[in-house]
Amino acid sequence: MAELDTSGGGHKKGPGVKKGKKLSTRIDLTPMVDLGFLLITFFMFTTTLAKPKTMEINMPYKDKDLTEVEKNKIKESVALTILLSKNHKIYYYEGMATDPTKPPDLKATTFAARNGIRDEIISKKKSVDALKLSGALTAKDQMTVLIKPDTTSTYSDLVNMLDEMNINDIKVYAIIDISDVDQNFIKETEVANGIK
Amino acid sequence: MPHAKLPRKSTHIDMTAMCDVAFLLLTFFMLATKFKPEEPVVVKTPSSISDIQLPDVDIMLLTVDSRGRIFFSIDNKVKRRALIEDLDANNNLKLTDLEKTAFSIDASEGIPFSQLKSYLSAGPDERKIMQTNTGGIPVDTTVYSAQNELAQWIKSARNTNPKLRICIKADGDASYPYVSKIIKTLEGWKIFKFNLITNLKGIPPGTAAAQDAAAAKKS
Repeated sequence: MAELDTSGGGHKKGPGVKKGKKLSTRIDLTPMVDLGFLLITFFMFTTTLAKPKTMEINMPYKDKDLTEVEKNKIKESVALTILLSKNHKIYYYEGMATDPTKPPDLKATTFAARNGIRDEIISKKKSVDALKLSGALTAKDQMTVLIKPDTTSTYSDLVNMLDEMNINDIKVYAIIDISDVDQNFIKETEVANGIK
Repeated sequence: MPHAKLPRKSTHIDMTAMCDVAFLLLTFFMLATKFKPEEPVVVKTPSSISDIQLPDVDIMLLTVDSRGRIFFSIDNKVKRRALIEDLDANNNLKLTDLEKTAFSIDASEGIPFSQLKSYLSAGPDERKIMQTNTGGIPVDTTVYSAQNELAQWIKSARNTNPKLRICIKADGDASYPYVSKIIKTLEGWKIFKFNLITNLKGIPPGTAAAQDAAAAKKS
C-alpha cells in the first residue's frame, strides 16, 4: 500500500503498445510517522498539563492596637490552641491559656487520619455547637483555632494544619507566633513524658 | 495431506492512518504545551485539598527550598525589565544595560544584591553554579531592616506591577521560621492575602469538606 513502487513500468498491454514509466504516487510514510512520534514524545515530556494548585490564605490585618482588642473578643470556650512542634508532633489545649494561674492541660497528638488532630477538632466543634444550643454562647460565636508553629516545626506542618481547617470547615483561625509560655508548656510536657 | 494454500499477504502496512494519528496528537501537544519554567531548585511542596488554579500571568513566585534559601521570580520580560530598573535605581546596584537585559530574560534569582552584578554578567554555566552555591535572597523579620533584601524585591515588583499575586512555593521540609520571615515581610508591606502552592490530594471521606463537595456535585 504505502510504498514507493520502484519496479517501474507497468505490465504488458499487448504488442505494439508502448507505455511510459508510470510512477506510483504512494510514498512510504514510515519515517514521517517516526518523526511525528518523536515530536510527540518531546512535547509530552516538556509539557505541564497539570497547573499547580494553590491555597489562599488571609492573614489577619495587623495593627498594633487592633490585635489585643481582637484577641479579647474571642471567648475562651470557643478557642482551641494548637502548637506545632518538632517531628510533626502536635500539642493542643482548649482555651487560650490567658490565665497564668491555671496552666492548660496539654495533650499530644499527630496528623494521623484516625485519632489524630482531626478528631479533636471535630469534637471541639461539636462541643461549641452544643454550647450554642444551650444558650451559653450566642450564634455569632464561632469556633476559633489558634495555630502556633514552634520554631522546630516545618512548613509542611503548617500547610497540613491549614488544610485541616479547610477539611473540617473551620471558618476562624489564625497563625500566631509562639510565645515563651507555650514553648515552656511543650518543654514541660516533653520532660514529663520523657520525649527528647 | 493436502495443504490449503493461503494467499500470501504483503507485510507492508498502510502508514497513512498512523501518520494521521501521530500528527493529530502532535498538534494537540504543541497547542496545549506550556514549557516548564526553569526551576532554580527542586522543591517538594506539601499537599492540600485546595484546588484553586493558579493564574498564568501576574505571578510573583517566592521559592523556598528545604534549606530555607529564597528565590524570586516574576513572569513577563517587560515587567522584569521594569523591575530591574527600579531595583537598580533604589539600591544603587550600578548595573549596565547589558546586565539589565540579562536579567529580563533570566528566570529566577536567589542572589544577594552584592553579588547581583557579577551574577548577571556571568555566563549561563557560571550562573548555574552561583545559583546552587547561593544562600538565597536575604530576609529578615521586619521590612525596615537593611538586611531584608526580599522586602526591596517585593516593593519594587509591586511598584512596577500592582496586580501581582504573591505565591509562596516552599518545600515541605523547610523549617517554619524561614517561611515565617517571608510572611512577616509580606505583612510589613500590608500584604495579608497570598497563595501557598500545594499539590492536590483527595478529600478525606466523612469530613465537613467531603460533605460540601458532595453537596456541590448534586446541585
